[in-house]
Amino acid sequence: MLATVALAAVALPMRAQQDTTRGVRIGLSYQPGMKPGVVVVPVSGSWGDTVQTMLQRDLDFGDRVTVMSGDAVNATATAQGSGGVNFGVWKTLGAAALVQVTLAPAGAHVILYDIGARRVAQVHDFALGGRYGDAQWRLDVHGMSDEIERWITGVRGIARTRILYVRAGRVYVIDSDGYGARAVTDAGTVMGPAWSPDGHTIAYSKLGSKGWSIEIRDLDSGAEHTLQATPGGLNMTPAFTPDGKSIAYGHGLENGTDIYLASVSGSGPARRVTVGRGTDNVSPSFSPDGSRLAFTSGRNGHPEVYTADVDGSNTDLLTPFNFGDQNYRSNPEWSPDGLTIAFQSQLAGRFQIMTITLRDRTVKQLTNEGINEDPSWAPDGRHLVFTSSRTGTKQLFVLDAESGRTRQLTHADGARLAAWSRYLAPAP
Amino acid sequence: MTRTIRLAPVALLAAAAVAACGKKAPPAPPPAPAVNQDSINAEQARRDSIARAEQARRDSLAKAQAEADRLRQAQAAARKTLTDVIYFDFDTDSLTDASRSSLDAKIGVLSANPGVKLRIAGNTDDRGSDEYNLALGQRRAASAKRYLTDHGVTADRIDVISYGEERPVATGEDEAAWSQNRRDEFEITAGGDDIKATP
Repeated sequence: MLATVALAAVALPMRAQQDTTRGVRIGLSYQPGMKPGVVVVPVSGSWGDTVQTMLQRDLDFGDRVTVMSGDAVNATATAQGSGGVNFGVWKTLGAAALVQVTLAPAGAHVILYDIGARRVAQVHDFALGGRYGDAQWRLDVHGMSDEIERWITGVRGIARTRILYVRAGRVYVIDSDGYGARAVTDAGTVMGPAWSPDGHTIAYSKLGSKGWSIEIRDLDSGAEHTLQATPGGLNMTPAFTPDGKSIAYGHGLENGTDIYLASVSGSGPARRVTVGRGTDNVSPSFSPDGSRLAFTSGRNGHPEVYTADVDGSNTDLLTPFNFGDQNYRSNPEWSPDGLTIAFQSQLAGRFQIMTITLRDRTVKQLTNEGINEDPSWAPDGRHLVFTSSRTGTKQLFVLDAESGRTRQLTHADGARLAAWSRYLAPAP
Repeated sequence: MTRTIRLAPVALLAAAAVAACGKKAPPAPPPAPAVNQDSINAEQARRDSIARAEQARRDSLAKAQAEADRLRQAQAAARKTLTDVIYFDFDTDSLTDASRSSLDAKIGVLSANPGVKLRIAGNTDDRGSDEYNLALGQRRAASAKRYLTDHGVTADRIDVISYGEERPVATGEDEAAWSQNRRDEFEITAGGDDIKATP
């Protein structure tokens, strides 16, 4: 038995890696609605507890597995020691997978066991940058969680991401697990932060003496420059195109606000996308292929969500219009899989988060407690971050659109206007 | 009894004489010097003229003061007319009748003061989307500007800016607070030191 496991441990990693590159998974099966039990055994070393806690939390926040804990799990893990995995006991406890991490200098050796198949499913050495506990190190541990989640479920996790938001007039950034919130802009008044697809650049609107400008900031160097395509007046709600080269944003002087498209580098004039004829057209969000955008428009008297080609043609009212219905629908966010748009809709005077499918326009209400606004998708197209007043002050919450499970992300007063990054790839 | 009665008038006369002497003049010696009535009159005239001059000076100062007060009040009134806030209904930039008369009054002051420039700041209540409200605030400021320029105020005298729902003046989740926040504010950005009141 022991010999078999040892052999498997040596032989399988190669096969497993080849299989995953072909998109075929071995061993563990993931079925929607059934969450496999996963055990992360204690990690030795002074940062071991932190690593175990982060992995457990990330896997839990992914909402695709059940992270197992409790006395029986701890006792079994302790009894196991370094003497090998007791597949029979783990199976009895209901575990489908077991994660074993050994910390090494600047890295971690991870073994994933498939309990049902009684074998090693994956082995991998991860590099952990930075210094123990710092922002880079934590980001790399999150990346480890995401890969483990992919091994188990076939879908990469969303832990190695960050969320931008506005608090007290400044842009903040926070890790996906709610750790490490910090201001990235100086004191002032800012709105509507947005990520570039590669996560190295952000854009936001800033109030100056002459109006609102779009500012583009390199997060690595802290350098900031103003988008000069439409100087003066109102420049707001920037959104990067999926190729990261251009920014769509709302621009208005004295005759309503329309959506414009300008290159990030500042070359060439801005191109006008919408023709709102004196109404407000704001909050653009691109489809993943960059061919269309969703936006808020007041062109029919009250705010509704529309979609249009990026040249402004083929404009469609997306949210259903009911005769005499003066409700207010705004802030669309196109999902990363392209199939759904999240938005906010007023019900009895309070905003709630909704989704609408593009294929058949099925509307689903995701929140009902307090006022809930400004949804933004995680890269998995399943989780949303949004602003909620449910605790009495504006805070960010994360919602699993599939299960409805919700967690509070921020705890300092007045957080709003969240934007979830794409997967923050490690430096090559 | 009869003696007492006869004595009383004498006593009263004496008392009156003493009282009169005590009030009016010191007991002057009988050989009074000759009085030069002319010099008394001249002295009195001199004093009167000083008093009149002083009164005239006081009157003139008071008049100047009153004039300055009136001017200051008129300036304050003109300034208040210019900076009077106008209010809007929910989710609209349409001017109400009250807003139009407030803007008409501003036009009068602006015509009398070609050097004065204004900045109009549009604001909203906090019920809509934070971001859409920025655009709505811009439209509210532009709506007031358009009314002024349509009535002869040159466009370069008026700036517009939007604060959306970022700068509420009233807190609370009811119409009383919301209606206070749906507003245009007017700030004098040039020529504010010497405003002439409307003629």
